Amino acid sequence: MIELRNVSKWYGDFQVLDDCSTMVSKGEVVVVCGPSGSGKSTLIKCVNGLEEFQKGEIQFDGISVGNKKTDLPKLRSKIGMVFQNFELYPHLSVVNNIKLAQLKVLKRSKEEADHKTIQLLERVGLADQSLKFPAQLSGGQQQRVAIARALAMDPIAMLFDEPTSALDPEMINEVLDVMVELAKDGMTMMVVTHEMGFARRVAKRIIFMDEGRIEEDCSTDEFFDSQRGVRAEAFLSKILHH
Amino acid sequence: MFDQFDTNVILENLHFLIAGMQLTLLLTVAAICGGLVLGTLLALARLSGFWILSLISSTYVNFFRSMPLILVIFWFYFLVPLILGQPVGGYYSVLIAFVLFEAAYYCEIIRAGIQSVRKGQVYAGQAVGLNYFQNMRYIVLPQAFRNMVPVLLTQAIILFQDTSLVYVVGVKDFLVSADLVANRENRILEMFTTVACVYLIMCLSGSILIRKLQRRYAL
Amino acid sequence: MQYNWDWGVIFREPYQEWIISGIGWTISVSIAAWILAFSLGSIIGILRTTNNRISRRIATVYVEIFRNIPLIVQMFLWYFVFPELLPNDAGMWVKREMPMPEFTTAAVCLGLYTASRVAEQVRSGIQSIGQGQNNAGLATGLTTVQVYRYILLPVGYRIMIPPLTSEFLTIFKNSSVALTIGVLEITAQARQIEEYTFQGFEAFTTATVLYILVTSIVMILMRVVEGRVSIPGMISLGAK
Repeated sequence: MIELRNVSKWYGDFQVLDDCSTMVSKGEVVVVCGPSGSGKSTLIKCVNGLEEFQKGEIQFDGISVGNKKTDLPKLRSKIGMVFQNFELYPHLSVVNNIKLAQLKVLKRSKEEADHKTIQLLERVGLADQSLKFPAQLSGGQQQRVAIARALAMDPIAMLFDEPTSALDPEMINEVLDVMVELAKDGMTMMVVTHEMGFARRVAKRIIFMDEGRIEEDCSTDEFFDSQRGVRAEAFLSKILHH
Repeated sequence: MFDQFDTNVILENLHFLIAGMQLTLLLTVAAICGGLVLGTLLALARLSGFWILSLISSTYVNFFRSMPLILVIFWFYFLVPLILGQPVGGYYSVLIAFVLFEAAYYCEIIRAGIQSVRKGQVYAGQAVGLNYFQNMRYIVLPQAFRNMVPVLLTQAIILFQDTSLVYVVGVKDFLVSADLVANRENRILEMFTTVACVYLIMCLSGSILIRKLQRRYAL
Repeated sequence: MQYNWDWGVIFREPYQEWIISGIGWTISVSIAAWILAFSLGSIIGILRTTNNRISRRIATVYVEIFRNIPLIVQMFLWYFVFPELLPNDAGMWVKREMPMPEFTTAAVCLGLYTASRVAEQVRSGIQSIGQGQNNAGLATGLTTVQVYRYILLPVGYRIMIPPLTSEFLTIFKNSSVALTIGVLEITAQARQIEEYTFQGFEAFTTATVLYILVTSIVMILMRVVEGRVSIPGMISLGAK
């Protein structure tokens, strides 16, 4: 469903992505990890065209993302995305955050959008918060609303860009629980995260990045059964041993 | 039209225009110096913690900031000779007007600069045992100064432009000199275009310079 | 200091009428200029935040030119020089037939000048919202125009209320520069009363009080507006 072929990207002289190739099939959950600055956030943002890339090709559901003729808004409406800092719209209530793109992009009727919104809020366990504004919610609640907002578009794949790294520790699980449920329902997911417990539990494959390159791309079992390379080993020992 | 654009009139009156520009610059520099001194005092009064001083300072600032500069110029052009009991010429009147007017703006810039230093920095200084003055001297003011400098320089450019308002009382600055030439030689087009270009080049270079400084010293 | 106080002067005709007409012109010039400054400034400010290099360039050049020439010089350029640069007919029309030439010129000039300042406020207001919100909007399939319309501008203009209020007050004060091309606004009237009656104190005090009065009213009004549109739970939008 998502296919990256030899993707490279530069900021001026600095190369952020170096010849990255990988694939995410339908129904697959792939975790992308690696040290900060390794290019993983940039990579995931290339998938829905939020970041441009200079070389290579990315295909989503058979459509080329890098092609200038591609209708990016239409393509993006099929890919849900969740951000590190939630990025809920501060001036809109929870309900309206979730409804905005349904009304403006999918052109759903008000009733339809309302119905969908309530359904999703129940799914993420926030039905009672629907009239609040983002700033009145905790971080974990905001991130769950953000997930609902992405799901409202009925996406065929979801991208998560470090969804729990801005959260206080006690709120991480409520967000991960929603994501686990989603994975169980068969959603195609590409997740940038350091939550190795989550990776072990639901990911089918792990991609390890360092200095803009994909260093490891293997099944979860292989990754955790110590068949990983030196860099991945060093990274894992840093985040696991405390 | 431009095919009749007469550059000679500019060259012939160059010394006259330069003299005007000198007065403009003199006025700018004098107003900056006076304004900074008075503005600093006002800012210190504002942050002193004594409510009377702080009230006087904020009233002063609000008063001058709600008035147009032209009205302030008129006020002092009228007041100064009246108070001194003798005519003193426009220059001193407008200089006083500019110093008092600018002080209100400088006060706000300095105050905002000092307040932009995070409270945590003050606590950190206190925590290692610095007294009030040491804390100000070594922790707060150096950081405040970095925040203030670009704004102070920008304000200087604004002031440089604002001095052209002395036109309303006929003090012979750059604009008034050019205006005199324009009317005497009937060369309005040439003179005003020149004035605009000179101001544009000077102010633009100034603001580009400020931006460079800002980047160089990460102000 | 010798001075004969006569506060009655400001209530005598024709001086009272001058003051009333002066404040009328001050407000008319300010509002007309503000409408132009706000609309044009918004467009230019928005252009400066877009990805299009050419439109960004044009907007930057506009801002740099208009804010680096003193307002009074711009007044003279529009009033004396601009009609000369037009083709004959148009130049004649501006000089002879344009309704209320001083007022129109002053309002347009002040509007164009302030647009450059408004543009800067709009730009920094939008930029303070950050790339994240932009990405979030785009990621759900909104187009760039929709992202501006539904996300960046509604949040941005809320952040901009205080700086834009102060820009309006600046326009209000700067409207006094219109007197240099003959608009008899309140400062000009005060000066005129002083010259006719030598009661400078009374005349200038009247003008000063009126300026302070209008400034205070506008500030109170905008604080109410700010409270009305504030976003629940947010202490300061600008801080984020």
